[in-house]
Amino acid sequence: MHAFNYHRPSNVNDAAALAAKSADSKLLAGGQSLVQAMKLRLAAPTDIVDLGMVKDLAGIKSDGKTVTIGAMTRHAEVTGSAEVKKAIPALAVLAGMIGDRQVRNMGTLGGSLANSDPAADYPAAVLGLGATITTTKGTHAADKFFKGLYETALRPGEIITSVSFPIPKRAGYMKFKNQASRFAIVGVFVADMGNGVRVAVTGAGPCVLRLAEMEKALGAKFAPESVAGLKVKSDGLNSDLHASAEYRAHLITVMAKRAVEAAMK
Amino acid sequence: MGAPLIGARIPRKEDYRFLTGAGQYTDDVTLPRQTYAAFVRSPHAHAKIKSVNTAKAKGAPGVLGVYTGEEIAAAKLGGLPCGWLITDVNGQPMKEPPYPVIAQGKVRHVGERVAVVVAETQEQARDAAELVQVDYEVLQAVADGRLARAKGAPQLHDIAPDNTCYVWALGDKAAVDAAFAKAAHVTKLDFVNNRLIPNAIEPRAANGSYSRADDSYTLYVSSQNPHVERLLMTAFVMGLPEHKVRVVAPDVGGGFGSKIYLYGEDVVVTWASKQLGRPVKWTADRSESYVSDAHGRDHHTIAELAMDKDGKFLAMRVKTTANVGAYLSTFASCIPTILYATLLAGQYTTPVIHAEVTAVFTNTAPVDAYRGAGRPEATYVVERLVETAAREMKMDPAEIRRKNFIRSFPYQTPVALLYDTGNYDATMDAAQKLADVAGYAARKKASEAKGKLRGLGYAAYIEACGIAPSAVAGSLGARAGLYEAGEVRVHPTGTVTVFTGSHSHGQGHETTFAQVVADRLGLPVENVDIVHGDTSKILFGMGTYGSRSIAVGGTAIVKALDKIIAKGKKIAAHLLEASESDIEYANGEFKVAGTDKKKMFGEVAFAAYVPHNYPHDKLEPGLNENAFYDPSNFTFPAGTYVCEVEVDPETGVVKIERWSAVDDFGKIINPMIVEGQVHGGLAQGIGQAMTEGAKYDSHGQLVTGSFMDYCIPRADDLPSFQVDTRETPCTHNPLGVKGCGEAGAIGAPAALINAITDALGVKDIPMPATPQTVWRALQQKKAA
Amino acid sequence: MAVKVSMKVNGKPVSADVEARTLLVTFIREHLRLTGTHVGCDTAQCGACTVHMNGKAVKSCSMLAMQAEGADILTIEGLAKADGTLHPMQAAFKEHHGLQCGFCTPGMVMNAVDFAARHPNASEQEVREALDGNLCRCTGYHNIVKSIVAGSKAMAGAK
Repeated sequence: MHAFNYHRPSNVNDAAALAAKSADSKLLAGGQSLVQAMKLRLAAPTDIVDLGMVKDLAGIKSDGKTVTIGAMTRHAEVTGSAEVKKAIPALAVLAGMIGDRQVRNMGTLGGSLANSDPAADYPAAVLGLGATITTTKGTHAADKFFKGLYETALRPGEIITSVSFPIPKRAGYMKFKNQASRFAIVGVFVADMGNGVRVAVTGAGPCVLRLAEMEKALGAKFAPESVAGLKVKSDGLNSDLHASAEYRAHLITVMAKRAVEAAMK
Repeated sequence: MGAPLIGARIPRKEDYRFLTGAGQYTDDVTLPRQTYAAFVRSPHAHAKIKSVNTAKAKGAPGVLGVYTGEEIAAAKLGGLPCGWLITDVNGQPMKEPPYPVIAQGKVRHVGERVAVVVAETQEQARDAAELVQVDYEVLQAVADGRLARAKGAPQLHDIAPDNTCYVWALGDKAAVDAAFAKAAHVTKLDFVNNRLIPNAIEPRAANGSYSRADDSYTLYVSSQNPHVERLLMTAFVMGLPEHKVRVVAPDVGGGFGSKIYLYGEDVVVTWASKQLGRPVKWTADRSESYVSDAHGRDHHTIAELAMDKDGKFLAMRVKTTANVGAYLSTFASCIPTILYATLLAGQYTTPVIHAEVTAVFTNTAPVDAYRGAGRPEATYVVERLVETAAREMKMDPAEIRRKNFIRSFPYQTPVALLYDTGNYDATMDAAQKLADVAGYAARKKASEAKGKLRGLGYAAYIEACGIAPSAVAGSLGARAGLYEAGEVRVHPTGTVTVFTGSHSHGQGHETTFAQVVADRLGLPVENVDIVHGDTSKILFGMGTYGSRSIAVGGTAIVKALDKIIAKGKKIAAHLLEASESDIEYANGEFKVAGTDKKKMFGEVAFAAYVPHNYPHDKLEPGLNENAFYDPSNFTFPAGTYVCEVEVDPETGVVKIERWSAVDDFGKIINPMIVEGQVHGGLAQGIGQAMTEGAKYDSHGQLVTGSFMDYCIPRADDLPSFQVDTRETPCTHNPLGVKGCGEAGAIGAPAALINAITDALGVKDIPMPATPQTVWRALQQKKAA
Repeated sequence: MAVKVSMKVNGKPVSADVEARTLLVTFIREHLRLTGTHVGCDTAQCGACTVHMNGKAVKSCSMLAMQAEGADILTIEGLAKADGTLHPMQAAFKEHHGLQCGFCTPGMVMNAVDFAARHPNASEQEVREALDGNLCRCTGYHNIVKSIVAGSKAMAGAK
């Protein structure tokens, strides 16, 4: 790991100011992706702004319409949260599929979203539920947040503080894991919002994406058979050692069908 | 005495330290004034080194020394030797290109050592390594063994035209061709035995230190055979007197073959410690392990089996290209030949067999022994052929095997080995019962009702363990002996320390060997300690690989114990005023036969060290004996594995529903440890068949360079195993033991692929049969 | 950049001036010389470095020492009783032969203790899933799973 300057602010405004100071600074949340990248010398920030001591960034609140989760809330807390399990069980299930037990004890919601790994799980829930991302500079609608490979709408120095997930009528998440890394080869989040259906896919493209055709079909009838026959085009989908674009396209349909089944349980 | 110790499930003596964090692995050893090394490695698979500029690195904070191939050449450090000479079909010796410890003028695989930086801290060494500037002229690379001999393929070594190390053959070709000509049916398969990366969880590490006081070196190294490491390093590379080098392999976190070899890093840290007058430690990170540890397997094989109309095997013909990587690692040459082709008879009476093996150099990491080493490749050939033949002949796969089992022993195979004993019906029958083959049809129906595919596959493997005898190995090209040494030191109060040349890196020798000793001497296990892994303590040793430890190392100890008991009888006879021939030894007591006159083992030991009343005219004082044991033959463990899978046709995911393994390891000392060895071997064999496979791209870049892309099985990838054993004792060692360390890895891949192909209804599927591969196979079948 | 880090390790307060880039595992192994916590990979997968931070299993190779500032850290060395008596999970690993080379063992045991404390009656399948962050190359996991099931029961019984 390259050397860096280390900062440990105690409030989010100081953190934002420190982060804005240097072009090559990085915010450290749980560190489960960032510390790895730094260890492998793939990332070499000049400054690390550790959010670990910043107050009021963690916690889970539910008001019956939305579940709001603080950016520094660990995956393990989300998956184990009685409130999340009650309001959006699929979100608790999804958080329990991220990384592994130990990673889930450190990794955070905000860190995952800011990193926007193309195969991360959380983006599927954020986009699938049409969540709102609150930052030190305002709010972002999920549909406008994910911009591309490791790219989001966040500006330099902007820090995610919380995410509000609308509570759906029902939702399901199905993940087909890369055997080795356990990241998603394909992960499909399906949410019946009452006034429409959203389908978000992670792992298949440069960042999480929605599938309009499936949303329409499920909007007409929320049932597995509505998507089982829908073939997804493989053009532009990721292709690697573990899964070709064709295989991914096929898996999207299978996982979507199973996510609907899960949502209906 | 209490219950017998042989066959007892005694908890391991070594566990306490491992469970409390008190183990001492190489990286845990930090010496006074410790320094740290980081290697600069080639990012290219094939390139000329035009220049290496170390000026910046030398000036970086904390840096103590930077060395390149130039300094290594100036120091006259030799190349890494290969321990087995293979003679090719034309009577010519194999091509042995130089294998420098740091690259000289050219790099031939990604990860090859180009320079080393030594600094005060590990991070400083790594920081400075990034500052070493290497100017490469990148050359075309070849990574696939099948393309190495193609016209126009890039040439790795001047002395090896067509990248060919050797073309070697075994068996009677004319007889095989004649048998094929009159066969009623021929089964043919063409497949790759995938390249594997061993991935012991403890990465390789080495810590060399030089002492000016007596001009000696000490090397702590994660090794399976410290004496072999020392011999190769001193005699062939560094030109040092052997007695001035101590090699210690402390606790070693798994080996699986990958830590048998002498690696360049070990030499460099030892040499650099004298240059700097300070100890130099290097510990691989996992990314380095992937590109620099010796890999395993990587064969391309075309195999044919000829049968008569009833499924009786008439002949087998095998043609293999073995990719040995960029250089010859320590035992690379004998794996795809001596340890492969000789096993092609399997458990069957196939009368004639011919194998031709072409070993080729490619721009990939060197390939050497990995758990099983040649025998998994052979078993895969035999058992895939046999199962496929049964399907083609519409015979039951167990019946075609039974029809061809060897039943009369000793049995001389057509591929050089002489099986001393075996009972293949016993393991097959037991495995079928354990697997409830009778209930399979109903389970298959149940799977089909859920829209799933179910398949069942067998593998009836044989292996040759405890490679021996030295004279035969020598005549086949071995450049080392293949015996083992043991020493039994009885202390004055009757407790015992045993020194063994075998090395334990997970196998539990400290327990198993103590059981053998305690049983023979009639002492409590607590009174016996086993010491291994240090050339300054152990008289000599060939180390642990090839499932040889109990059969060869254990027997050496037994031979030394025999000498202890013989001497003890002489002492006891004197003390008891009886004739030596009347003394019997049992349960820790020397007794005059037919009387109740006796001396306890401890009393005799005490007399040997406090020899007041002692036969000084006939005996020396003391009670310490050693023995070297050179076996008269290999041992031949064998067994049957039955695997049952369920496939999700929508995703291609394969779930192992049942795994039943029945092995015949001869006599078993500690069944708990043996079962553990089987489980571990099975996991690695299942890994090969389902999840693991090193992939190089056409430029020679390793695509599977970390746990992110190379999948070693996790707990939820594997089933619980049902294991059982049958005992046909080995006929030529006193314990009747055969060895058990590799069996699982040898038998598992064929059983699993046989099950998957059965489920899918396809002839073959490449390993690893990942979900994508399985899904594709189903798509192709649908399209056809 | 040098920073000062303070935490409790196995019940004892420790503090040191370290480079900011020091990983928690490096702090534990090199500064405190507690070498029972191991490093088996560089991509946060093998879990050999698992320790408890404030009672939860974390990978000490994937966090800076500074991220443990003020925390209560438990390593494998702190698990057995002061008199050397093994923790019930350690004893279960020994009893069921849940270890071979011992290198992954400290991480396995630390993760298992955390898991068992939260899931006293876990099934074999649940244990297998809970080991998603730990790699073993020796045992095929069969006996590790048995050990953890037994260790969990023993822990619950010892309460």
